[in-house]
Amino acid sequence: MAFTSLQEFFAMGGHGVYVWAAWGVTAALFAASLLQARLERRALLKTLSRRVRRDARRRQTTDPAHSSRPMVDDDA
Amino acid sequence: MWAFIHKFGSPKWFYAISARLEPWCWALAALALGVGTLWGLAVAPADYQQGESFRIIYVHVPAALLAQSIFVAMALSGLVFMVWKIKVADMAATVMAPFGAMMTFAALFSGAVWGIPTWGTWWEWDARLTSMLILLFLYLGVIALRGAFARRDSGARAASLLALVGVINIPIIKYSVEWWYTLHQSATFTLTSRPAMPASMWLPLLIMLVGFYSFFTALTLARTRSEIVKREGDKRWVRALVDKEL
Amino acid sequence: MTPKRKQRLFALLGIVVLAAIAVGLTLFALRANINLFFSPVQIAQGQAPLERQIRAGGLVKAGSVARDPQSLDVAFTVTDYVEEVEVAYSGILPDLFREGQGVVVVGELQSDGRIRADKVLARHDENYMPPEVAQALEEAGYSPADYQQKAEQVVKELEARAGFQPDEN
Repeated sequence: MAFTSLQEFFAMGGHGVYVWAAWGVTAALFAASLLQARLERRALLKTLSRRVRRDARRRQTTDPAHSSRPMVDDDA
Repeated sequence: MWAFIHKFGSPKWFYAISARLEPWCWALAALALGVGTLWGLAVAPADYQQGESFRIIYVHVPAALLAQSIFVAMALSGLVFMVWKIKVADMAATVMAPFGAMMTFAALFSGAVWGIPTWGTWWEWDARLTSMLILLFLYLGVIALRGAFARRDSGARAASLLALVGVINIPIIKYSVEWWYTLHQSATFTLTSRPAMPASMWLPLLIMLVGFYSFFTALTLARTRSEIVKREGDKRWVRALVDKEL
Repeated sequence: MTPKRKQRLFALLGIVVLAAIAVGLTLFALRANINLFFSPVQIAQGQAPLERQIRAGGLVKAGSVARDPQSLDVAFTVTDYVEEVEVAYSGILPDLFREGQGVVVVGELQSDGRIRADKVLARHDENYMPPEVAQALEEAGYSPADYQQKAEQVVKELEARAGFQPDEN
């Protein structure tokens, strides 16, 4: 270990501001891209599953027994 | 060779292969970034001249190298897309651009912050710093150009062309410190010679590099798969995925 | 490859090559202006303009730094081992400023051949090493220029010494 105490570690020999700013911004960019990829994937799969279900319903509505059922079309 | 490009270019095949590769890439990225961060921040020795601010090297150098590699990868994907009309190549290029821009920004920012204590300035219009700023603008240009067209195909072709032409900037960045007098020093890592620092300093740097590159690979695989879901949502095999993955 | 694809490939590569030539010619035409600083040799040859802000770069000559004890005034010589240029500066110097270290001086060249500096920036080389290693090298009488050749050896020697670990400060 290069440091003997936690304070020393955070102070970085007086250069703490610079070291933590550089590492912090880089870490934030990694975290942001990870989060974005997660959210994007979930949103896309949700949209797709809605489309799949809607298409399945549309096929059903051609069946007279289900024709009274209202169409829910919540993704324009 | 050409058959391979076409096979790899099939979205279905790419989706299956990358789904298998992705967890390994994430695992390697997490391991290398974890070990590298601890080692670089807490274990590696300080520099005899710069002291602890030297630790910025462990994010600065990987970010700068990765930023340039991503641009080359993006341009090659663009070339494959334009010549062979392979859609997956364009999807990969699409998702690479934002992360490449982020890494360029990280390199510029960490460099500026590092410059304050070591050089006495956060910015100087020297050839290395300026060519790196141009790389950031090229990334932003590629992203903007893609979005500027109503037809996806036109945007994709324009973005690919800009990326291809922009690749000229990469050797300029690399050799700027040799061709001109710059404030920035020469390369820390080269493929041909021993690193100009002892192993206790370059080993964590190497591990961080592995971490950055595998994170990028994993992210690109993941986001390219999302892009396939987005663009090929009408295909039967994509629809069949929904039940499996949601 | 189909002829159509081949044609597209060559057209694209042609565009890239043309653009590269254009950029290359531009950089060649601007080659002197892209340099961030003038070297002492260039200044001695009269390539640097007088009384306009320029940058001069080189190494701080060993033993040339003279500080005024009453103020922040400092004078030193910048050398490239061929020519030298004297610099006068008043202000706080960066952490890395020391004799033998690379610097870039921003200021105006006076008619007497000196530079009146407004800003002094420290340049550093790509050699990094732990303080213990640098100290051991200095004690052994090596100059910073030899450090790289010797560093690995010194690290091993220090590691061999009982109770010493290079990772500990």
